[in-house]
Amino acid sequence: MINPEMIIHVAVAIMGLAMFLAMIRFVKGPSVVDRVVAFDSLTVTSLVIISIIAVLSNRMIYFDVAIVYGLLSFIGVIVVAKYLKKGL
Amino acid sequence: MKTKNLIVSFTVLMIAWVLLNWTIDPVNLIIGASISIFLVVVFCSKCELFTDIKITPKAFIYTFIYLFVFIIELIKANIDITRRVLSPKLQINPGIVKVKTKLKSKMARLILADSITLTPGTFTLQVEEDVFYIHCIDTRCGDDVEKATEEIVRKFEKYLEVLYD
Amino acid sequence: METIKLIGAIMILMGSFSLLIAVIGLLRMPDVYNRVQAGTKASTLGAIVSFIGVGLYTVESWGDGNWLGRVIILIIFILLTNPVSSHVLMRVAYFTKIPLTKLTKTDMLKKDGNTIIKEGENE
Repeated sequence: MINPEMIIHVAVAIMGLAMFLAMIRFVKGPSVVDRVVAFDSLTVTSLVIISIIAVLSNRMIYFDVAIVYGLLSFIGVIVVAKYLKKGL
Repeated sequence: MKTKNLIVSFTVLMIAWVLLNWTIDPVNLIIGASISIFLVVVFCSKCELFTDIKITPKAFIYTFIYLFVFIIELIKANIDITRRVLSPKLQINPGIVKVKTKLKSKMARLILADSITLTPGTFTLQVEEDVFYIHCIDTRCGDDVEKATEEIVRKFEKYLEVLYD
Repeated sequence: METIKLIGAIMILMGSFSLLIAVIGLLRMPDVYNRVQAGTKASTLGAIVSFIGVGLYTVESWGDGNWLGRVIILIIFILLTNPVSSHVLMRVAYFTKIPLTKLTKTDMLKKDGNTIIKEGENE
């Protein structure tokens, strides 16, 4: 029987690679919108990683961190967009 | 009309409360109900989020059919994106097309725009009344409004017509 | 029990592959509009599949904890907010006049007299 925890560790490693590649777009991006899109995808990946950490360390309080982090990143993206549209 | 909005908003808030607490202890439910009533009376008495939703058995069944269709489309979208991204020569053919919808309700238009965003190769760029401008990753229909509407909007519209007035 | 945990772990793995594809799309696509498309779709499904996997992995504590409720709330939340925020981003890209790629076939918005930019001027 394969150990399920092993598979999760491999998945977290793949997500780490995804975050690294998103960082390349974040540094390189020619325009501001490129950077914000890369930031958005970094956020979603880190949400998943936070929830996996919550499961592996068996602490429910980390899940609340994930919920609040998702809320704040949504508001942050909207605020940046509003600022670029000269409406803030 | 107005009471329906209040009742549906209250139900949504109550479901969120129960999901967060994951218990049906009476004391807990009373606290949740009082907080929900307070929020509904203060914030939802002027808004019109759910004024044009239909509460009938048929609408209830169609909600599940709609969710099923939507999930199938979401998985198709991902297979499509994977194929395009991983092919060595990028097979893209982008363009902005225009479609028209028959839906009148604001909430139905919001759900339609969100669904279009998550389905294969299409992305809502601008919404004006009943005209949607859509950025396609693979434009097959060009400037033809009727053909684009048939291809992109129709599959969701026929279910949303039943759900909203 | 053990089988359900294994299925959950495999779903988390599938979700992580979907997130990786989203980021490869971000790197390879030629302009902002196509990047937003590839990024949003793949990362939304990747996150949802991973969260379902997390929900299945915690099958042993469904009775005494509230893992499942929080997972459902997170899934609904991602499904509602991710399309909205990327739609706003794409509008802002059009408003700041970032050019479309040369491969673009048609632009109906420009032909109909670009309403996004007009809207900004009125404010």
